Amino acid sequence: MSNSQAAGAPPKRTIDVVNASLKRRYARERRFRLVGLAAVILGLTFVGLLFADIIAKGHTAFVQTYIQLPVTFEAQTLDPAGTRDPETLAGANYQAVIRDALRSEFPQVTERRATRALASMISVGAPSHLRDMVLANPDLIGTTREVWLLADDDIDMLMKGHIDRNLPESERRVKDQTVAWVEQLESRGRIEKRFNTIFFTTGTSREPELAGIAGALMGSFYTLVLTLLISFPIGVGAALYLEEFAPKNRWTDLIEVNINNLAAVPSIVFGLLGLAVFISIFGVPRSTPLVAALVLSLMTLPTIIIASRAALKSVPPSIREAALGVGASPLQTQMHHVLPLAMPGMLTGTIIGMAQALGETAPLLMIGMIAFIVDIPSGFTSPTTVLPVQIFLWADSPERAFVERTSAAIMVLLAFLILMNLGAVLLRRRFERRW
Amino acid sequence: MSTTVDDMSRRIGAMSSAELAGGRESRVTVGDVTCANPRMVCRDVDVFYGSTQAIKGVSLDIGKNEVVSMIGPSGCGKSTFLRCLNRMNDTIDGCRVTGSIKLDGQDIYDKGLDPVPLRAQVGMVFQKPNPFPKSIYENVAYGPRIHGLTNSKAELDEVIEGSLQKAGLWNEVKDRLDKPGTGLSGGQQQRLCIARTIAVSPEVILMDEPCSALDPIATAIIEELIDELRANYSIAIVTHSMQQAARVSQRTAYFHLGDLIEVGETNQIFTNPKHRLTEDYITGRFG
Ligand SMILES: Nc1ncnc2c1ncn2[C@@H]1O[C@H](COP(=O)(O)OP(=O)(O)O)[C@@H](O)[C@H]1O
Ligand SMILES: [Mg+2]
Repeated sequence: MSNSQAAGAPPKRTIDVVNASLKRRYARERRFRLVGLAAVILGLTFVGLLFADIIAKGHTAFVQTYIQLPVTFEAQTLDPAGTRDPETLAGANYQAVIRDALRSEFPQVTERRATRALASMISVGAPSHLRDMVLANPDLIGTTREVWLLADDDIDMLMKGHIDRNLPESERRVKDQTVAWVEQLESRGRIEKRFNTIFFTTGTSREPELAGIAGALMGSFYTLVLTLLISFPIGVGAALYLEEFAPKNRWTDLIEVNINNLAAVPSIVFGLLGLAVFISIFGVPRSTPLVAALVLSLMTLPTIIIASRAALKSVPPSIREAALGVGASPLQTQMHHVLPLAMPGMLTGTIIGMAQALGETAPLLMIGMIAFIVDIPSGFTSPTTVLPVQIFLWADSPERAFVERTSAAIMVLLAFLILMNLGAVLLRRRFERRW
Repeated sequence: MSTTVDDMSRRIGAMSSAELAGGRESRVTVGDVTCANPRMVCRDVDVFYGSTQAIKGVSLDIGKNEVVSMIGPSGCGKSTFLRCLNRMNDTIDGCRVTGSIKLDGQDIYDKGLDPVPLRAQVGMVFQKPNPFPKSIYENVAYGPRIHGLTNSKAELDEVIEGSLQKAGLWNEVKDRLDKPGTGLSGGQQQRLCIARTIAVSPEVILMDEPCSALDPIATAIIEELIDELRANYSIAIVTHSMQQAARVSQRTAYFHLGDLIEVGETNQIFTNPKHRLTEDYITGRFG
């Protein structure tokens, strides 16, 4: 180049040099944008696939098969003495009532084996449903009513097409005989899928058709509330102290490093710690929201502290100077000015921590949440399980009907996560509207 | 202005032998640091940031009903010195102040003295307008509220109106006191900050380059305001504009690399500086 210049070529103008490289620069920019777009699309595709899979598998769990039978509440069977004593009514043989109803619906079935197969079409939970009906309204005794009874999970699976009717009988859980009965019921309009209220109102069960999410949901709710109550004040307080009041020395450096390390500790370690400290030393009852919240608070504290400190750091120092300058004490400065401005960031961190806690399974297995608990918890110290553990347990169950319940539970969990994130966004908006 | 740093250090180097016998440490301030009617009295103030010394043995009085301006090239320690006067430096880690600073005879760095009420007596206006992200009313009301200066809403309203009026902002904002203070123009924000400062009735007001972020018209309004405030307050103002110092102050102090070089009547400093460095600075040879 220096040669050509020496030969007397006119010196290149800057604009020509710029123009020459412009095309290359734009191409690079386009490539960058394409890569970014591809990454976003890829991510969205995976999320979409995941959601589609879960919804496809899980949506059928929101309906459940019921069989309509003409149930005769025989006084002879239920209340031979005619006293209408609730205890007698509660202890009566409702299984027999159902057997009679089935016999009247299928009079041609007389053989013992077949009768038993017929009875197994109805869920084992049906008798207690009838009992509840009678206890609520003893006048039913002596009458005949058309009652929709919960079907067994195999019948439910057959109705939902998860058991293929065209397979040879030997490869199918439901016998030809039963399929024929179901088809009879179908032709009479006595079998149908209805909204599954049981799923939302009961605890878990060994019987898939009786298993619900309410126990785990309430367990998660109690646990999260307690986790929030423990970790938010402590986390914000710690962040405030470390960021604004603590002297900067070797000790605070050490604490800072440790907090950052804690954030990276595998969550199961917190479970072991909870088992060793809270349960073994302090005797906190296991499998309860209380012990779960303590463990999850330990786990989410670093997240909250780190996010809160970042939020405090982002508050302009001029606000602190302004407050101190008119004679506010350091604590007043923090409480009146810095904290409100840092609140949106703190809340975001907290919600992220809570979402983590909501989805956490491993440490809870350590502290007994894996126990099979049917009851819906009534407080912070009653044994319970939580959503992710319930999902884990159901996913581990062999029955085909638990597959859809697992996916449905995941959907409920996701719905809660989305709700929480929405709440975070709304809270942010609320706080940020204060200019 | 066109002088290079090199040039400047040569000048100082030359001076340290010729004019400052005994080296920089023993440099004495030219002019009279005292005044007839002092409110704040500073003697031999040293300020250290960690191990570096930012202020070297500065003595200066701030009189009643006067405006003292502090000028000097940037980084010479004007802000640092000003922030000593209401102990704002306490908030900086590793900042150490020695010497004596007295407000009405009381040493403000006394062990038992609480900096919180001190800052109610010695208010501060900062370089960048920093209203709270709250309403105009709340901005001014904050000081009186936390100090419990008023007993009723009516009394508070009165204080707020008075402060805004003294800050020359009342007519512009009286119809929108509930609007955010951050929504005002830069000049209005700075006057709001002044109103916030005088709402707690301080005795001394410190101003650190209060007009450096403002346009000339807003600057003129604030300068006029400073002149009016002089009737009731002592004012120490840091400024990088020599014209401003000349316009608003009665006395001027010239700082250079942590030393207080010269103090005198503003008129004398700008027309007849005694020290070479002062002369170089005000004639624009460096800074
Ligand atoms: N917070 C601080 N920590 C350490 N050094 C500082 C700090 N603030 C100011 N300094 C130093 O002190 C000296 C004086 O600064 P400053 O008072 O801000 O000067 P001016 O206001 O005159 O421009 C400068 O050298 C500056 O680097
Ligand atoms: Mg400064």
